[in-house]
Amino acid sequence: MSWNRKHLLDIESLSAAEILTVLDTARAFKAVGERAIKKVPALRGKTVVNLFVEPSTRTRISFELSEQRLSADIINFTAEASSLKKGETLKDTAKNLEALNADFIVIRHSAAGAPHFLSRVLNSHVINAGDGAHEHPTQALLDAFTIRERKGKIEGLNVTILGDILFSRVARSNIWALTKLGARVTLCGPATLVPRTFEQMGCRVTHNVDEAIRDADIIHLLRIQHERQRQTMFPSIGEYTQLFGLNKARLAQTKPDSLVMHPGPINRGVEIDSDIADSDRSLILEQVTNGIAVRMAVLFLVNGGKGPQEIAAS
Amino acid sequence: MGRPGLFAVFLYPPAPLMAETSVILNAVAIQRALTRVAHEIAERNETPGEVVLVGIQKGGVPLAQTLAALLAAIWKNPVPVGSLDVGMHRDDLDRRAAPQVQPTVIPFDVTGKTVVLVDDVLFSGRTVRAAMDALNDFGRPKHIQLAVLIDRGHRELPIKADFVGKNVPTSLTEKVHVRLGETGKEDEVVLEKP
Repeated sequence: MSWNRKHLLDIESLSAAEILTVLDTARAFKAVGERAIKKVPALRGKTVVNLFVEPSTRTRISFELSEQRLSADIINFTAEASSLKKGETLKDTAKNLEALNADFIVIRHSAAGAPHFLSRVLNSHVINAGDGAHEHPTQALLDAFTIRERKGKIEGLNVTILGDILFSRVARSNIWALTKLGARVTLCGPATLVPRTFEQMGCRVTHNVDEAIRDADIIHLLRIQHERQRQTMFPSIGEYTQLFGLNKARLAQTKPDSLVMHPGPINRGVEIDSDIADSDRSLILEQVTNGIAVRMAVLFLVNGGKGPQEIAAS
Repeated sequence: MGRPGLFAVFLYPPAPLMAETSVILNAVAIQRALTRVAHEIAERNETPGEVVLVGIQKGGVPLAQTLAALLAAIWKNPVPVGSLDVGMHRDDLDRRAAPQVQPTVIPFDVTGKTVVLVDDVLFSGRTVRAAMDALNDFGRPKHIQLAVLIDRGHRELPIKADFVGKNVPTSLTEKVHVRLGETGKEDEVVLEKP
């Protein structure tokens, strides 16, 4: 158990022990969400700014609920309704927010590295809620939490990530987290979206979907991100579904206890068959529930000061 | 005689690095103290069905389980036991590294009950204050009482234990270690002087 970081910027720089600290802490926060009173005073009197320069619904709502359950005061900030549209720089916007005595800034931005930049110019705690195609650390942490909760472990599991890897920050953060925790990660999708360069991150790359999922314990599906693609990377959605979509026939060829995950929003009938999404093999809604516990744990941990951890209260 | 400092190093080796420790309670004395505390709890609370025990994580949890077994033998009735982590309710969360959070398991309704909070060492009283706040989220107990194995003094809040295994006057620099249920070791309470 150890955590001495002021920010959560990415998974790449975390150790396996730090990731496990988040997962262990999240377990206690999940129990809070199951009580009649779902709120604890851990961030009472603290102000959190949700700075969502790139649009987001589910991540923002999940962060908002996590912050409320920790008793923080919240300001929501979207690019459409802000001075960023009037030509203010990100640094000036953030400095202004800090001048309002914001203690935490949760940032979603289309530019990779934006949270790292803020962490260098601000005194507030900075949490990355997704930066470009770089990282989405809380998503990877909640995915790891969900896998560990259902499978009892992560080490030694086969995890296949299927879909648009190239443009996916979820994939990158998941690859870092899962390989650090000892899982074997396989990436699969159209060759244009799953280049071999990803092998440098310590995972296997294949373009044959049936082979990729045959021995998988977890099949992690990603949405095709139309908004990040400047050109068409494959001939048609119909062809993608036929070649890479997870349907009942394909799932039947996998391990009987393999489980299906998806960070959402799902495109029914494109990357996932509608019946599979609603089946008991799907962890999609558990991921949403666990997201709150994991984000509470992250806010709780970065709020801590410096110095050694007190072992017991005595 | 040109370098007296060097001789000094050889002639006066530094004291051993081990801090001085003394055993305050051994396994037998701990058991005797807990048996007395259980009888005091039974004496104070004459209606057995209303009493539940809640151990404060981590040190209070094994003590609460031991006290529950002793009380069950006195009352000839099982006594419910829960565990409570106070990490999310502390008053110093941004002054120190985030505490390790242990499970809170309270598998019964505390409303209307007499809750006996159990901890190993009572010191500043801040943990007990956090525990009372945390307990509030689970219901409204009729009474809250406090049982501790060691009261070492130095209270920072107006909090007092109802049941004490042993009062141990200490200085602020000393440390009290309660070792219970460690594999291959006898239960004991140790005072460490700096």
